[in-house]
Amino acid sequence: MAKMTLEELRNLRSLKQSSLQKRSIEGKEGQIVIGMGTCGIAAGAKTVLDAFLSELDAQGITNISVTQTGCMGLCYVEPTIEVIVPNMPDTIYGKVDAKVVKLIVKEHLINHKLINDHLFDRPSADIYAKDGDK
Amino acid sequence: MHRYISDFILDITQNSFEANSTKVELYFCENERYLNLIIKDNGSGMTSDVLKKVLDPYYTDGIKHKKRKVGLGLPFLVQSVHESGGSFEISSKPNEGTLVKCSFDLCNIDTPPIGDICTTFLVLYCDPKAKELIIKREIKTSKGRGYYEYSKSELLDILGDFSTVSSLCLLRDFLKSQEEDLIQYNIDRTIIF
Repeated sequence: MAKMTLEELRNLRSLKQSSLQKRSIEGKEGQIVIGMGTCGIAAGAKTVLDAFLSELDAQGITNISVTQTGCMGLCYVEPTIEVIVPNMPDTIYGKVDAKVVKLIVKEHLINHKLINDHLFDRPSADIYAKDGDK
Repeated sequence: MHRYISDFILDITQNSFEANSTKVELYFCENERYLNLIIKDNGSGMTSDVLKKVLDPYYTDGIKHKKRKVGLGLPFLVQSVHESGGSFEISSKPNEGTLVKCSFDLCNIDTPPIGDICTTFLVLYCDPKAKELIIKREIKTSKGRGYYEYSKSELLDILGDFSTVSSLCLLRDFLKSQEEDLIQYNIDRTIIF
Protein backbone atom coordinates (compact mmCIF):
# COMPACT_ATOMS: atom_id res chain seq x y z
CA MET A 1 0.00 0.00 0.00
CA ALA A 2 1.45 3.37 -0.98
CA LYS A 3 1.55 6.04 1.71
CA MET A 4 -1.90 7.63 1.75
CA THR A 5 -2.25 11.40 1.86
CA LEU A 6 -4.97 13.21 3.78
CA GLU A 7 -6.54 14.18 0.45
CA GLU A 8 -6.73 10.52 -0.61
CA LEU A 9 -8.29 9.67 2.74
CA ARG A 10 -10.89 12.39 2.19
CA ASN A 11 -11.72 11.01 -1.26
CA LEU A 12 -12.04 7.46 0.02
CA ARG A 13 -14.32 8.72 2.77
CA SER A 14 -16.74 10.41 0.38
CA LEU A 15 -16.73 7.30 -1.83
CA LYS A 16 -17.64 5.09 1.15
CA GLN A 17 -20.18 7.61 2.38
CA SER A 18 -22.21 7.53 -0.82
CA SER A 19 -22.30 3.72 -0.91
CA LEU A 20 -23.31 3.69 2.77
CA GLN A 21 -26.21 6.05 2.29
CA LYS A 22 -27.73 3.64 -0.19
CA ARG A 23 -27.76 0.87 2.38
CA SER A 24 -28.67 2.80 5.51
CA ILE A 25 -32.37 2.19 4.83
CA GLU A 26 -31.94 -1.01 6.88
CA GLY A 27 -31.54 1.31 9.88
CA LYS A 28 -31.42 -0.21 13.37
CA GLU A 29 -28.21 0.79 15.01
CA GLY A 30 -26.16 -1.25 17.44
CA GLN A 31 -23.14 -0.73 19.58
CA ILE A 32 -20.10 -2.73 20.64
CA VAL A 33 -18.20 -1.33 23.61
CA ILE A 34 -14.73 -2.67 24.35
CA GLY A 35 -13.18 -2.46 27.84
CA MET A 36 -9.85 -0.74 27.31
CA GLY A 37 -8.59 -0.30 30.89
CA THR A 38 -5.14 -1.46 32.08
CA CYS A 39 -6.59 -4.96 32.65
CA GLY A 40 -8.21 -5.06 29.21
CA ILE A 41 -5.07 -3.83 27.44
CA ALA A 42 -2.92 -6.44 29.24
CA ALA A 43 -5.32 -9.19 28.18
CA GLY A 44 -5.44 -8.17 24.50
CA ALA A 45 -8.35 -5.73 24.10
CA LYS A 46 -6.54 -4.02 21.21
CA THR A 47 -6.52 -7.25 19.22
CA VAL A 48 -10.24 -7.63 19.96
CA LEU A 49 -11.01 -4.16 18.59
CA ASP A 50 -8.98 -4.90 15.49
CA ALA A 51 -10.76 -8.25 15.04
CA PHE A 52 -14.20 -6.62 15.35
CA LEU A 53 -13.35 -4.09 12.65
CA SER A 54 -12.11 -6.81 10.30
CA GLU A 55 -15.05 -9.13 10.93
CA LEU A 56 -17.78 -6.46 10.71
CA ASP A 57 -16.18 -5.10 7.56
CA ALA A 58 -15.92 -8.60 6.06
CA GLN A 59 -19.59 -9.32 6.83
CA GLY A 60 -20.64 -5.95 5.43
CA ILE A 61 -22.22 -4.89 8.75
CA THR A 62 -21.99 -1.12 8.86
CA ASN A 63 -24.74 -0.03 11.25
CA ILE A 64 -22.83 -1.08 14.39
CA SER A 65 -20.58 1.40 16.13
CA VAL A 66 -17.41 0.25 17.86
CA THR A 67 -16.36 2.29 20.89
CA GLN A 68 -14.17 1.87 23.94
CA THR A 69 -14.56 2.38 27.64
CA GLY A 70 -12.49 1.80 30.78
CA CYS A 71 -12.54 -1.24 33.05
CA MET A 72 -16.05 -2.72 33.47
CA GLY A 73 -15.14 -4.34 36.78
CA LEU A 74 -14.60 -7.84 35.41
CA CYS A 75 -10.79 -7.82 35.35
CA TYR A 76 -10.63 -11.60 35.86
CA VAL A 77 -12.26 -12.35 32.50
CA GLU A 78 -10.72 -9.66 30.32
CA PRO A 79 -10.92 -8.75 27.51
CA THR A 80 -14.57 -7.85 28.11
CA ILE A 81 -17.00 -6.30 25.68
CA GLU A 82 -20.60 -5.15 25.82
CA VAL A 83 -22.95 -5.74 22.91
CA ILE A 84 -26.03 -3.54 22.63
CA VAL A 85 -28.26 -4.41 19.68
CA PRO A 86 -32.00 -4.25 19.06
CA ASN A 87 -34.04 -7.39 19.87
CA MET A 88 -31.33 -8.80 22.15
CA PRO A 89 -30.56 -8.15 25.84
CA ASP A 90 -27.58 -5.90 26.55
CA THR A 91 -24.84 -8.45 26.99
CA ILE A 92 -21.34 -8.51 28.42
CA TYR A 93 -18.99 -11.11 27.02
CA GLY A 94 -15.69 -11.99 28.71
CA LYS A 95 -12.54 -13.88 27.72
CA VAL A 96 -12.97 -12.55 24.21
CA ASP A 97 -10.34 -13.15 21.55
CA ALA A 98 -10.30 -13.01 17.75
CA LYS A 99 -12.09 -16.40 17.48
CA VAL A 100 -14.82 -15.36 19.91
CA VAL A 101 -15.24 -12.10 17.97
CA LYS A 102 -16.15 -14.12 14.87
CA LEU A 103 -18.66 -16.11 16.96
CA ILE A 104 -20.21 -12.95 18.41
CA VAL A 105 -20.67 -11.42 14.97
CA LYS A 106 -22.11 -14.61 13.52
CA GLU A 107 -24.28 -15.81 16.42
CA HIS A 108 -25.17 -12.70 18.41
CA LEU A 109 -25.40 -10.07 15.71
CA ILE A 110 -26.60 -12.13 12.76
CA ASN A 111 -28.42 -15.17 14.25
CA HIS A 112 -29.54 -13.44 17.49
CA LYS A 113 -28.25 -16.19 19.78
CA LEU A 114 -26.24 -15.76 22.98
CA ILE A 115 -22.81 -17.38 23.33
CA ASN A 116 -23.15 -19.05 26.72
CA ASP A 117 -19.49 -19.92 27.31
CA HIS A 118 -18.48 -16.28 27.29
CA LEU A 119 -21.51 -14.76 28.95
CA PHE A 120 -20.78 -12.56 31.94
CA ASP A 121 -22.86 -9.87 33.50
CA ARG A 122 -22.36 -6.78 35.54
CA PRO A 123 -22.32 -7.51 39.27
CA SER A 124 -25.92 -7.56 40.56
CA ALA A 125 -27.52 -4.16 40.94
CA ASP A 126 -27.20 -3.84 44.73
CA ILE A 127 -23.49 -4.72 44.78
CA TYR A 128 -23.00 -2.61 41.71
CA ALA A 129 -24.30 0.51 43.46
CA LYS A 130 -22.55 -0.31 46.74
CA ASP A 131 -19.17 -0.77 45.10
CA GLY A 132 -19.45 2.52 43.31
CA ASP A 133 -19.41 1.21 39.77
CA LYS A 134 -15.94 -0.23 40.04
CA MET B 1 2.05 -6.85 33.07
CA HIS B 2 1.76 -5.71 29.49
CA ARG B 3 3.22 -7.87 26.75
CA TYR B 4 4.09 -5.16 24.22
CA ILE B 5 5.62 -1.68 24.37
CA SER B 6 2.59 -0.40 22.45
CA ASP B 7 0.35 -1.56 25.34
CA PHE B 8 2.37 0.58 27.78
CA ILE B 9 2.00 3.56 25.45
CA LEU B 10 -1.76 3.05 25.24
CA ASP B 11 -2.09 2.78 29.00
CA ILE B 12 0.04 5.84 29.85
CA THR B 13 -1.47 8.04 27.15
CA GLN B 14 -4.94 7.22 28.50
CA ASN B 15 -3.79 8.69 31.84
CA SER B 16 -3.16 11.96 30.03
CA PHE B 17 -6.66 11.90 28.49
CA GLU B 18 -8.15 11.33 31.93
CA ALA B 19 -6.29 14.31 33.42
CA ASN B 20 -8.77 16.77 31.88
CA SER B 21 -6.27 17.78 29.22
CA THR B 22 -7.29 19.59 26.07
CA LYS B 23 -4.14 18.59 24.21
CA VAL B 24 -1.97 15.49 24.41
CA GLU B 25 1.17 14.97 22.38
CA LEU B 26 2.80 11.61 21.78
CA TYR B 27 6.30 11.42 20.31
CA PHE B 28 7.27 7.97 19.14
CA CYS B 29 10.85 8.04 17.86
CA GLU B 30 12.83 4.98 16.93
CA ASN B 31 16.56 5.11 16.17
CA GLU B 32 19.34 2.57 15.60
CA ARG B 33 19.20 1.37 19.17
CA TYR B 34 16.43 3.02 21.18
CA LEU B 35 12.73 3.70 21.10
CA ASN B 36 12.24 7.11 22.68
CA LEU B 37 8.80 8.06 23.89
CA ILE B 38 7.44 11.34 25.16
CA ILE B 39 3.87 11.73 26.37
CA LYS B 40 2.98 15.30 27.19
CA ASP B 41 -0.35 16.72 28.32
CA ASN B 42 -1.72 20.07 29.47
CA GLY B 43 -4.03 18.49 32.04
CA SER B 44 -4.49 18.86 35.76
CA GLY B 45 -0.95 17.75 36.67
CA MET B 46 0.21 16.54 40.08
CA THR B 47 1.80 18.04 43.17
CA SER B 48 5.31 16.88 44.09
CA ASP B 49 3.83 14.83 46.93
CA VAL B 50 1.55 12.89 44.58
CA LEU B 51 4.33 12.57 42.02
CA LYS B 52 6.47 10.73 44.61
CA LYS B 53 3.70 8.20 45.13
CA VAL B 54 2.53 7.44 41.59
CA LEU B 55 5.25 4.87 40.96
CA ASP B 56 4.00 2.83 43.91
CA PRO B 57 1.61 0.15 42.53
CA TYR B 58 -0.42 0.40 45.76
CA TYR B 59 -1.12 4.08 45.25
CA THR B 60 -4.24 5.40 43.53
CA ASP B 61 -6.23 8.58 44.03
CA GLY B 62 -9.38 6.44 44.29
CA ILE B 63 -11.37 8.69 41.99
CA LYS B 64 -11.81 6.38 39.03
CA HIS B 65 -12.39 3.19 41.00
CA LYS B 66 -13.56 4.00 44.49
CA LYS B 67 -12.68 0.76 46.22
CA ARG B 68 -9.61 -0.15 44.28
CA LYS B 69 -6.27 -0.04 46.05
CA VAL B 70 -3.92 -0.30 43.10
CA GLY B 71 -2.74 1.93 40.26
CA LEU B 72 -0.66 -0.18 37.92
CA GLY B 73 -0.09 1.83 34.72
CA LEU B 74 3.09 3.74 35.58
CA PRO B 75 4.56 1.05 37.89
CA PHE B 76 4.23 -1.48 35.04
CA LEU B 77 6.09 0.82 32.68
CA VAL B 78 8.86 1.61 35.18
CA GLN B 79 9.36 -2.06 35.99
CA SER B 80 9.63 -3.01 32.34
CA VAL B 81 12.02 -0.16 31.52
CA HIS B 82 14.27 -0.98 34.48
CA GLU B 83 14.34 -4.67 33.62
CA SER B 84 15.57 -3.96 30.13
CA GLY B 85 18.16 -1.20 30.44
CA GLY B 86 15.92 1.68 29.41
CA SER B 87 15.23 4.98 31.11
CA PHE B 88 12.21 6.70 32.63
CA GLU B 89 11.44 10.16 33.94
CA ILE B 90 8.28 11.99 34.89
CA SER B 91 7.66 15.62 35.73
CA SER B 92 4.42 17.39 36.53
CA LYS B 93 3.03 20.69 37.70
CA PRO B 94 -0.47 21.23 39.08
CA ASN B 95 -2.74 22.89 36.49
CA GLU B 96 0.02 22.84 33.86
CA GLY B 97 0.31 19.21 32.90
CA THR B 98 2.49 16.15 33.00
CA LEU B 99 5.43 14.96 30.95
CA VAL B 100 6.49 11.32 30.77
CA LYS B 101 9.72 10.47 28.98
CA CYS B 102 11.05 6.98 28.57
CA SER B 103 13.24 4.95 26.32
CA PHE B 104 13.47 1.25 25.57
CA ASP B 105 16.74 -0.37 24.51
CA LEU B 106 15.67 -2.28 21.39
CA CYS B 107 18.87 -4.36 21.50
CA ASN B 108 18.20 -5.69 25.00
CA ILE B 109 16.87 -9.26 25.17
CA ASP B 110 14.48 -8.28 28.00
CA THR B 111 12.82 -5.43 26.10
CA PRO B 112 9.25 -6.35 25.12
CA PRO B 113 8.40 -6.36 21.40
CA ILE B 114 6.99 -3.06 20.11
CA GLY B 115 3.68 -4.66 19.11
CA ASP B 116 0.95 -3.38 16.84
CA ILE B 117 1.59 0.34 16.36
CA CYS B 118 -1.33 0.92 13.97
CA THR B 119 -4.02 -0.43 16.27
CA THR B 120 -2.48 1.41 19.24
CA PHE B 121 -2.63 4.73 17.41
CA LEU B 122 -6.14 3.88 16.16
CA VAL B 123 -7.37 3.17 19.70
CA LEU B 124 -5.78 6.40 20.95
CA TYR B 125 -7.21 8.57 18.19
CA CYS B 126 -10.73 7.23 18.69
CA ASP B 127 -10.66 7.36 22.51
CA PRO B 128 -13.75 9.41 23.43
CA LYS B 129 -11.80 11.00 26.31
CA ALA B 130 -9.16 12.43 23.98
CA LYS B 131 -10.03 16.04 23.15
CA GLU B 132 -6.95 16.59 21.01
CA LEU B 133 -4.12 14.18 20.33
CA ILE B 134 -1.09 14.80 18.15
CA ILE B 135 1.01 11.77 17.30
CA LYS B 136 4.49 12.36 15.94
CA ARG B 137 6.11 9.19 14.67
CA GLU B 138 9.72 9.09 13.55
CA ILE B 139 12.24 6.46 12.54
CA LYS B 140 15.87 7.38 12.02
CA THR B 141 18.37 4.70 11.10
CA SER B 142 21.38 4.20 8.82
CA LYS B 143 18.84 3.65 6.01
CA GLY B 144 17.37 7.12 6.37
CA ARG B 145 14.59 8.98 8.15
CA GLY B 146 10.86 8.54 7.94
CA TYR B 147 8.29 10.73 9.66
CA TYR B 148 4.60 11.38 9.93
CA GLU B 149 2.50 13.56 12.17
CA TYR B 150 -1.30 13.79 12.44
CA SER B 151 -3.69 15.38 14.89
CA LYS B 152 -6.99 13.90 15.99
CA SER B 153 -8.85 17.04 14.88
CA GLU B 154 -7.62 16.90 11.28
CA LEU B 155 -8.44 13.19 10.99
CA LEU B 156 -11.84 13.69 12.59
CA ASP B 157 -12.53 16.54 10.22
CA ILE B 158 -12.03 14.20 7.27
CA LEU B 159 -13.65 11.06 8.64
CA GLY B 160 -16.59 12.68 10.40
CA ASP B 161 -16.67 10.24 13.31
CA PHE B 162 -14.51 7.66 15.06
CA SER B 163 -17.12 5.07 15.90
CA THR B 164 -18.63 3.65 12.71
CA VAL B 165 -16.98 0.58 11.26
CA SER B 166 -16.40 2.28 7.91
CA SER B 167 -14.49 5.28 9.33
CA LEU B 168 -12.49 3.11 11.72
CA CYS B 169 -11.50 0.78 8.87
CA LEU B 170 -10.48 3.79 6.76
CA LEU B 171 -8.43 5.19 9.63
CA ARG B 172 -6.81 1.80 10.14
CA ASP B 173 -5.91 1.54 6.44
CA PHE B 174 -4.56 5.08 6.55
CA LEU B 175 -2.34 4.36 9.56
CA LYS B 176 -1.22 1.06 8.03
CA SER B 177 -0.12 2.87 4.89
CA GLN B 178 1.87 5.34 7.01
CA GLU B 179 3.61 2.51 8.84
CA GLU B 180 4.26 0.52 5.67
CA ASP B 181 6.03 3.55 4.28
CA LEU B 182 8.44 3.44 7.25
CA ILE B 183 9.38 -0.23 6.79
CA GLN B 184 12.14 0.79 4.34
CA TYR B 185 14.04 2.34 7.27
CA ASN B 186 13.86 -0.75 9.49
CA ILE B 187 17.14 -2.34 10.44
CA ASP B 188 18.04 -5.75 11.84
CA ARG B 189 19.25 -5.18 15.37
CA THR B 190 21.72 -7.44 17.12
CA ILE B 191 20.19 -8.48 20.39
CA ILE B 192 22.57 -8.34 23.34
CA PHE B 193 22.13 -11.13 25.89
